[in-house]
Amino acid sequence: MPIHTEPFVVNIGPQHPSTHGVFRMRVTLDGERIIDVEMVVGYLHRSMEKLAEERTYTQNIPFTDRMDYLAAMTGNLAYCLAAEKLSGIPVPERASYLRVIFAELQRMASHAMAIGIYLNDCGAWHTPLMYLFREREKILDLFEMTCGARLTTIYMRIGGVAFDIPDEFIPALRALLGELPERMSEYEDLLVENEIVLMRSRDVGVLPPDLAVAASVSGPMLRGSGIVWDIRKADPYCAYDRMEFDIPVGYNGDCYDRLIVRLEEMRQSARIVEQALEQLPGGPIRAEVPLMLRPPVGETYSRIESPKGELGFYLVSDGGPTPYRFKVRSPSLLNLSALKEMIVGMTVADAVVTLGSIDINLGEVDR
Amino acid sequence: MAAPTTTLPGPQVAERIRAALPSIALEEAGQWVMLEPAGLPEAARFLRDDPELDCKYLVAITGVDYLDHFELVYHLSSLARNHLVILKVRVPDHEQPEVPSLTPVWVGARLQEREVYDLMGIRFTGHPNLQRLFLWEGFPGHPLRKDFLTLPGGFKPGLQRFPKEFPEGQEGSP
Repeated sequence: MPIHTEPFVVNIGPQHPSTHGVFRMRVTLDGERIIDVEMVVGYLHRSMEKLAEERTYTQNIPFTDRMDYLAAMTGNLAYCLAAEKLSGIPVPERASYLRVIFAELQRMASHAMAIGIYLNDCGAWHTPLMYLFREREKILDLFEMTCGARLTTIYMRIGGVAFDIPDEFIPALRALLGELPERMSEYEDLLVENEIVLMRSRDVGVLPPDLAVAASVSGPMLRGSGIVWDIRKADPYCAYDRMEFDIPVGYNGDCYDRLIVRLEEMRQSARIVEQALEQLPGGPIRAEVPLMLRPPVGETYSRIESPKGELGFYLVSDGGPTPYRFKVRSPSLLNLSALKEMIVGMTVADAVVTLGSIDINLGEVDR
Repeated sequence: MAAPTTTLPGPQVAERIRAALPSIALEEAGQWVMLEPAGLPEAARFLRDDPELDCKYLVAITGVDYLDHFELVYHLSSLARNHLVILKVRVPDHEQPEVPSLTPVWVGARLQEREVYDLMGIRFTGHPNLQRLFLWEGFPGHPLRKDFLTLPGGFKPGLQRFPKEFPEGQEGSP
């Protein structure tokens, strides 16, 4: 006969290293098992959607990289694509390829951070994180070389990119791509069959595929559950229709699958960067766009595959210089939709690991 | 290479809904289908279960304030057929806006409806846990409404234009 204890409420967070920012889980425990969970967010809410309605389309670009501050390039890219779609601005070829290169480098940097922090949550305190930071550091150096900033790179512009790449960029990128396969196999040797990783993450936080689709999760979480869905393939933007890459998927939808999907995606991103570098054409990097852009009356929804999942912008224009409505479909928030189903029935230690494998970014959850 | 995602034209979706559910009042435009709030759960369930429309994936729920009414925009998607369906709901009551919740149809609506309720103040009847998501209970008003903290006289902060755009013969601030 199972023994029940008095329900016991534990607050995990908001100030706790395993919550990746300021996220609070109110967990109700029965003995060691979690019987209920309630998420509390909003500690980082800056009301960007409202602020953006007071600013011009160009002035809104910096907001987009303060959402997911670990993947600023993809935030910029998603917004600029939406604004271009709304106003019908063509983008030069070279800018499209530069966007692909920077978006994929950003995906590698974000996944490196996600994998490192995830292993941190598993109990491998900071060692894998520091290993993976080597690659991230080099990628951020490339960003700094190009646009002067490492994290909040306001690099994309409506109609192109802000700066062309400097002369020393391509040798540095080639050096990084040259040593990456060796580094990736090193990580795979260390992690893929690691006893601790297997014990902590297999069959933990299982997300079945039908629930994954119903709960609107996206990105590595959806693919970890075995659903082949990648917006870079399904709805190609920029120059992705000319790139060749594979979509890694998992089988069980547990934390381990999500880890493996992220590791493999880093390899695929390196493949895309190599191809984009081969095909990189010359020419202008930015279309002529008026400073005070006034898109025609209308509305548009545009989406990209950001490192966290489907990042979409829904813009409504009333013909004025500022957006009438600026809506962000943030993948980090929606990936938390199935949190309750994933962690009820497990222990607190497993809940921390599951939250780590979702890879949320609180800047994007709260906006 | 795969073809990009198509957005299904409104008339095609409307025709399909009309054939199955003749009781629902709807009107179509170029890209979307506009519904009344009362018919929403039934239409949503049909869109999800119909093999041709197959909208198993709820992409986003957006509330837009048009001053005299609200509009809810549901972006639905089919991962298998790779298309997008845009469903709109016109909420005529600006004081007490209420819409049936879609949480029984899509699990992903839980957080999104809470977000819309928090920032736009649209109540979703039937939502299991309709609490504010980002702001705290008791926060006055709903920030994304257009009449939230507006300056008297309709003034907006900032110049609303760049110096280059000033009229001939005028320099500096107006």
